[in-house]
Amino acid sequence: MDKQFIPRGLRRTTFGKFMAWMIPWILVLGFGLYAIYLCLAEGLFHTNMDNRFAFGLWIYLDLTVIALGAGAFFTGFLLYILRREEARAVINSAVVLGLICYSGAVAVLMVDVGQPLRAWFTFWHPNTHSMLTEVTFCLTAYLTVLLIEYVPIVLKNRKLRQIPRFLVFEFQLHKIMPVLAGVGTFLSFFHQGSLGGLYGVLQGRPFAFREALGIWPSTFFLFVLSAAAAGPSFVLVMTALVQGISKKKLVKPEVLQFLGRISGSLLLVYILVKAIDTLVWMNYTSPMVGFSAFEFYNAGSFGTWILVLEVVVLGLVPALLLVNGHMRARPLVLLGAALMTCCGVMLNRFVMTIQTLALPTLPFDAVLSYMPSWEEVATFVAVLAYGVLLYSLSFRYLTLFPQEKDIRQS
Amino acid sequence: MDQGTQKKSRYGMLIDLDRCNGCGACMVACAVEHNVAPAEHKATARTGVTWLRVAPMSNGGEFPATDTIYVPMPCQQCEKDTPCVAVCPQNAVDVDPATGIVGQVPQRCLGCRYCMTACPYHARYFDWWDPQWPKGMEQALNPDVAPRMRGVVEKCNFCHARLHTARTKAAAEGRESINPADYVPACVEVCPSKAIVFGDLEDATSELAQAVKHPHVFRFLEKLGTESKVYYRSDKQWVLDKAKSLQTV
Repeated sequence: MDKQFIPRGLRRTTFGKFMAWMIPWILVLGFGLYAIYLCLAEGLFHTNMDNRFAFGLWIYLDLTVIALGAGAFFTGFLLYILRREEARAVINSAVVLGLICYSGAVAVLMVDVGQPLRAWFTFWHPNTHSMLTEVTFCLTAYLTVLLIEYVPIVLKNRKLRQIPRFLVFEFQLHKIMPVLAGVGTFLSFFHQGSLGGLYGVLQGRPFAFREALGIWPSTFFLFVLSAAAAGPSFVLVMTALVQGISKKKLVKPEVLQFLGRISGSLLLVYILVKAIDTLVWMNYTSPMVGFSAFEFYNAGSFGTWILVLEVVVLGLVPALLLVNGHMRARPLVLLGAALMTCCGVMLNRFVMTIQTLALPTLPFDAVLSYMPSWEEVATFVAVLAYGVLLYSLSFRYLTLFPQEKDIRQS
Repeated sequence: MDQGTQKKSRYGMLIDLDRCNGCGACMVACAVEHNVAPAEHKATARTGVTWLRVAPMSNGGEFPATDTIYVPMPCQQCEKDTPCVAVCPQNAVDVDPATGIVGQVPQRCLGCRYCMTACPYHARYFDWWDPQWPKGMEQALNPDVAPRMRGVVEKCNFCHARLHTARTKAAAEGRESINPADYVPACVEVCPSKAIVFGDLEDATSELAQAVKHPHVFRFLEKLGTESKVYYRSDKQWVLDKAKSLQTV
């Protein structure tokens, strides 16, 4: 019944099967919206955050999805600025993924703050010294850029193309795409960095506090690098996932290998910088304020294993696998290494957000624990459901993978 | 009424931990003074609003060598690189240069709680619930202090409303400076063991300025460099050692 909307030359499942896939996600989204309603209407006591654990699952989610969503800006950077044509095969999909990640993060932030209707205050009374101000400005601007980048993908729909004005508008938008990619890269650089700076500037949290390079703490640059490394891996993993679910070949293997190579190279640089940063923190920054670095790793269940897992198992190992051409040529190794890269960045964001708050600072404090409430989890899952729904709709009705048609015909 | 005080002050506090018996009168007086609503039945020690929190600190020894003291922990009124001020995205936190008091503007607060994450003393509180008073109790509210709404952060401000009252009185009497006896925070006033000394650190003749010179006076997390204006004193060596070693339990 919706065949006239499906791009020419592409094969999609029946409308009935499509709806059977969508309805459970719609129900999950509805459940999450109910939890969001409770938090907004009745208050944040519905969460398990408290005065000591003032940030919880939602901030972790925000930092993680924004890091993974970096695939959008980095793919755009590769295609439009560095002119790497391999990236064209996944650029549309990366833009949709980025839009989902960023809009989901902003939506959750609106639930997370106590007075969401005052969000505009940050623009009206900005504290230019606050990393959160920079995050808010860049996030809002980049979300707008992503929406503008999404428009031409939508306007390419075969039914919408029949409207001449849309066709002209889409053509004009395409002409400014390199400009948007440049703006997106600039904005992404700053907000990814500012998210890292968010914790790096906390002099009252010696576990997170880092030395400044210029006006930014080292975590600023570590977050930029790690997001740039994880972004292509996330696009790779998602492409493989969509290929698996739809049972269709969507891109040529060289494209995935290209993404893997870029991701691996950046990850290797990131791990090197991260190792230097950790050593400086252990031997200089932390002892300077009276805390032995290993005191943190002996607290509660946060042993040094978490550092080894993050830097070696989910950092160095996938980086070496991805930069090695022979290993990269094996699809399972490529996918596994990309997945490990994403997990490594997710663990890094966990350490920065959750472990930082769990560790005590005062001599009479103990290690804190926090377990999210069902409302927090439901909100988290609602973002996931929203992402699946928007991506599924985009995949069915828009051309997310330009190579799909050629691969099918050949 | 700022014209009431021309001289720059640095208000501070010294809490004698050997005198504090952990009775919690200061917490109650603080809550009454600042119109803190009665805690919700679901509130816990970590979700309740207590501008002043009294926390126990133990030497960790086995009986009979065990010893516990109580640490009243209001906002430490950090002076240098005040952690909560720099992080607030919309300038809802400031340090008054005339008094050194760290102020919070609940009407501008977004409720993002970044300041709570930044505060190493955990002296900031979020309103997780709508403030509600039992019928009739709202008539006992302090008219000098505005109650806060749900979803904002609040904290100790050294009973700033009392400073305003003292300034008004000074201006009415034609004085440029306030009388120190007119500005005494509620916790200081109510403490049955007189464990808290409050005053102006800039005034070298004040009891506080003299008292903080004692070798057994310290500040928590001094190495962080926040230059807090809440001092503590104890003659017990294990307390001094523990406060300086920064060893956490």
